[in-house]
Amino acid sequence: MDPLEIVKIIKNNFPQEVLWYRCFRDECDITVRKEKIKEILAYLKNNPSLDFDYLIDLTAVDYLGFREPRFDVVYHLMSIKHKHRIRVKAQVKQKECYISSVADLWRTAEWFERECFDMFGIEFVGHPDLRRILMPEDWNGYPLRKDYPVQSDLKEKEWETYRQLKEAAKIWREDEN
Amino acid sequence: MLLGKISLIGGKTELETLIKVFSDITEPIEVEKDIKILPGANTIITTIDKIASWGRRCSLWPLTFGLACCAIEMMATGASHYDLDRFGIIFRASPRHSDVMIVAGTVTKKMAPVLVNLYHQMPEPRYVIAMGSCACSGGIFNTYSTVQGVDEILPVDVYIPGCPPRPEALIEGIIKLQEKIKNKSNLRIKDKDGSFRNSEDNKK
Repeated sequence: MDPLEIVKIIKNNFPQEVLWYRCFRDECDITVRKEKIKEILAYLKNNPSLDFDYLIDLTAVDYLGFREPRFDVVYHLMSIKHKHRIRVKAQVKQKECYISSVADLWRTAEWFERECFDMFGIEFVGHPDLRRILMPEDWNGYPLRKDYPVQSDLKEKEWETYRQLKEAAKIWREDEN
Repeated sequence: MLLGKISLIGGKTELETLIKVFSDITEPIEVEKDIKILPGANTIITTIDKIASWGRRCSLWPLTFGLACCAIEMMATGASHYDLDRFGIIFRASPRHSDVMIVAGTVTKKMAPVLVNLYHQMPEPRYVIAMGSCACSGGIFNTYSTVQGVDEILPVDVYIPGCPPRPEALIEGIIKLQEKIKNKSNLRIKDKDGSFRNSEDNKK
């Protein structure tokens, strides 16, 4: 199916939810409000003519300093049967930094959402096991946010375990000198 | 050619004469600092330091610690073409068997406690080689997750630059470490009161 047709189907079924859509080089993305994101995605998955059975990727974008709502959660969907794709974006505000989980629609979303939570601090409501997946569990902060330090030296935000290791290294360094 | 070179002196070959001459020498000959040979008695006289460091530097067993692309180069160095076995270097999978830790690749902060833990599991004397730009200084990765050089958390003996270093560079680094072991005594002597001291302190 043509991506523009898919966009129109979503628009007709959820007219209150769709904010805008963009098309570029035969690819479309559609930006929606986050409140009914699970219903929209469930519709895309369960409708036999759309049949989006494959969640390619789930990630987020931080638009700090560009606009509010600050975050976009991005769903890359594909139908293996119909060989068509669509990109759905849901806007998440910094103050209400949560969105419903789609882990029960696509099992693969379980780890994608954990990664997204780890890197951006977006909470996925209804996720079965929302823990950090890449960073250590007692890590402070969310590294892919735009206001996170870029350099290795995190100063007072440094991970406690690593700070202790550096402290311990001072002992033999004094011996060497 | 070879036969032509062996001339007869008094009915004996050169080699036999040489052995005869050396067998007559009973005075020790100093071939290197602190190493003397007694050809007549077929004996070498040296310090226990020299023997121990010789044993150590000729059987450096590294702990396999591959973290990134440098590990591929380290494996290539261990394989048949460059063949680290000829230096007596055999990769071990356990820190308990190892003498040297070759940190090959980018060390992340999450990996740092594991690295230190494995280092402390190695028996002394233990050495660390930082292989590649990332292990030396963090390389191009000045980011929140990367340790800026493994020397922030461990004492490093040899730094090998390169991204990644070629096997020749790794071998050069290992030879540098062997020289270091050769020149520095690591032998500990137990005193009568039960305390340990470095054998070099004795000389001072």
